[in-house]
Amino acid sequence: MVFERDGQAISVLSDISLDVGDGEFICIVGPSGCGKSTLLNTLAGFISPTSGSVVIDGEAVTGPDPRRILVFQDHGVFPWLTVEGNIGFGLSKLPRAEREKRIAHYVNMVRLQGFERSYPSDLSGGMKQRLQVARALAVNPDILYLDEPFGALDSITRVIMRGELLRIWQTERRTIFFVTHDIDEAVQLADRVVVLSSRPARVQDVLSIDIPHPRNISSPRYLELRDELLKQIGLAYEV
Amino acid sequence: MNSLSKLRPWEKFFWPLISAFLLLALWHYSVIWTGTKVFPSPLSVLRGLTQLIHQHVLWKDIADSFRRVAIGYGAAAVVAIPLGLTLGWYPAAYQVVNPVMQILRPISPIAWIPVAIVFFGIGDRPAIFLVFLSAFFPIVVACISGVSRVPPVFRRAGRNFGLSPIQLLARVIFPAALPQILVGLRIALGIAWLVVVAGEMIAVDSGLGYLVIDSRNSGNRYDLVVAAMLVIGLIGLALDISFRRLEKAPSVRWGFRDAS
Amino acid sequence: MKLLIRLCSLLFIALLVLVWQLTIGHAPGHLLPGPWAVVLGIVDLLRHGLLLKYVVASLFRVTWGFTLAALLAIPLGLILGWYRRGEMAFNPIAEIFRPISPLAWIPLAILWFGIGDLSAIFLIFVGCFFPLLLTAASAVHNIPAVYINAARNFGLSTPDFFARVLLPAVMPQLIVGMRITLGVAWLVVVAAEMIAVNSGLGFLIVDARNAGNRYDLVVAGMLIIGIIGLLLDLGMRSIERVKSFRWSYSGD
Repeated sequence: MVFERDGQAISVLSDISLDVGDGEFICIVGPSGCGKSTLLNTLAGFISPTSGSVVIDGEAVTGPDPRRILVFQDHGVFPWLTVEGNIGFGLSKLPRAEREKRIAHYVNMVRLQGFERSYPSDLSGGMKQRLQVARALAVNPDILYLDEPFGALDSITRVIMRGELLRIWQTERRTIFFVTHDIDEAVQLADRVVVLSSRPARVQDVLSIDIPHPRNISSPRYLELRDELLKQIGLAYEV
Repeated sequence: MNSLSKLRPWEKFFWPLISAFLLLALWHYSVIWTGTKVFPSPLSVLRGLTQLIHQHVLWKDIADSFRRVAIGYGAAAVVAIPLGLTLGWYPAAYQVVNPVMQILRPISPIAWIPVAIVFFGIGDRPAIFLVFLSAFFPIVVACISGVSRVPPVFRRAGRNFGLSPIQLLARVIFPAALPQILVGLRIALGIAWLVVVAGEMIAVDSGLGYLVIDSRNSGNRYDLVVAAMLVIGLIGLALDISFRRLEKAPSVRWGFRDAS
Repeated sequence: MKLLIRLCSLLFIALLVLVWQLTIGHAPGHLLPGPWAVVLGIVDLLRHGLLLKYVVASLFRVTWGFTLAALLAIPLGLILGWYRRGEMAFNPIAEIFRPISPLAWIPLAILWFGIGDLSAIFLIFVGCFFPLLLTAASAVHNIPAVYINAARNFGLSTPDFFARVLLPAVMPQLIVGMRITLGVAWLVVVAAEMIAVNSGLGFLIVDARNAGNRYDLVVAGMLIIGIIGLLLDLGMRSIERVKSFRWSYSGD
């Protein structure tokens, strides 16, 4: 993937080759600026690769599609719509009764009951992200892309949100691509972790996290995997 | 520091009253001290105002001014909003049209009066044309600005959910740009109010602007002049306040940062 | 691509000029001039030295009126913006005066200053004073609280605070406000000259029409007004671009 910026061609991604199964939880990690978000936006169809292609279920990706929804880190929800309005955004083709049923279902799933008529400006950061996830799930996508969705939240909320995401994922299983710079987050959430090298990024390694959920973050296997990841990224693990 | 000390609720009314009182006193006494025969004192302005109300002249003039603003401003909004949205959406189109706009914009609407009179004669129509002209540019500029400031995140999310370009414009771009458009509409209304008064002073024979000029011309009734000015100011303020109420509606309130 | 757009701009202008030429046939009495007549009119004005004289007169009045208004309104506005009670006292009054068209002040202006330069300058002053006052007060409100708290933390005295924190913080918004108000001043001077003065670009328009229906000069005057107004605006924008003001880009 080659970008043109200020007249210079910058190679951002090179040689990315991935095979992903249905319903897998994939985390993408890598050093800052290595192109994780670029990869995600390409997978979602917002950017076209300069060479190569994205193929999903045998079909090439040519643009954004409601079957693959991207959850943004910041400011993703529409501030002029209520919680209900946001969740129902992609459901305009459905008959009214069906739409209302679905909205109610997802309001409950992300635990925003009581806030149906609230506007995003009345919600906390964590609640807004939950709203985004609900909005994404409401259209029943095959794949969910999450671009550092918890990056703008404080660390306590982050931990809570991870649990929420796992719970939701285990209830309604989709394929998830989760970009993060937080190693712990990756080990806690993913089935497999894709490690990208620094720019131009290539797939440096793919780690399988073989611990079943719920994962004990003090267990030896967890720490082992975490250390392996840190080593992959090239970080010393003694402060 | 002073601005951080606690304000008590009654102060909101107390201070304006004090300054208004001081101003009126200053006005009243400077009229007495300078011994002017022409410039009115606050009391004579009040009396002049009551006279206008009783003679029913005031209401007709207010209605005339209002009517011209309504038609001119309404027409401007109807033309300018779609145009502004389009220009904001297609930056190339904006760049083509922009040079012309930049030259036409600084030409005072008043300077258009001779041309307007040639086309429309004297009366309602040149005034309406003037209002249209003066409201047109601020609305277009606000729409362009509003559309181009929509964060790309919203556009992407809209496309992600499979919206066609027209749906994208209607369901994402327009609501996202609405706060800015409203500000532009409010400013344009203020300008329209200014211009209708100015236009009536020159090209028309009714309305609040005409009242100002006429009061002076037919007998140096400066008390009526000042009374008319006050009415103009109060109505303009009322228009502005009502518009600001609109900006508090929940589906646009998010766009306005709370200052102070 | 850029070249194409420039080309299209010129084509657009040419199109409008063409439309102009075609529509003047419909104007009652064939009074309105075509584009070429306007160009000749401008040349005419230049030859008689009138153009320069009138442009200078208009600019002179704008400069005086605007500068006086700025010198008075901005410090006052900053102080009012800072001292809540002061603002509460004067805000309602300022808000009542602001919607009064400067032209509505003409009878009073003529009463106090007669016909001439002073009247025009007064009208421009009135037209600029209230917007600048309110802009300055609003700019103070928009100062992020962090700056104020940091200043308090370092124990700055009030005058020191005004000079070293408040003023730089409000500068970007002030400059934008000044640019917009300068545009207003330019509009007002033209209008004022049409009514209350005997020289200047506004007067040119009225005079050209009254003294013989010289609509070619009328439209020529309008064009020149537009161009100068544009130049004033561009001039202010280049001030906005000065590096030290750029840190807070408040937009158009």
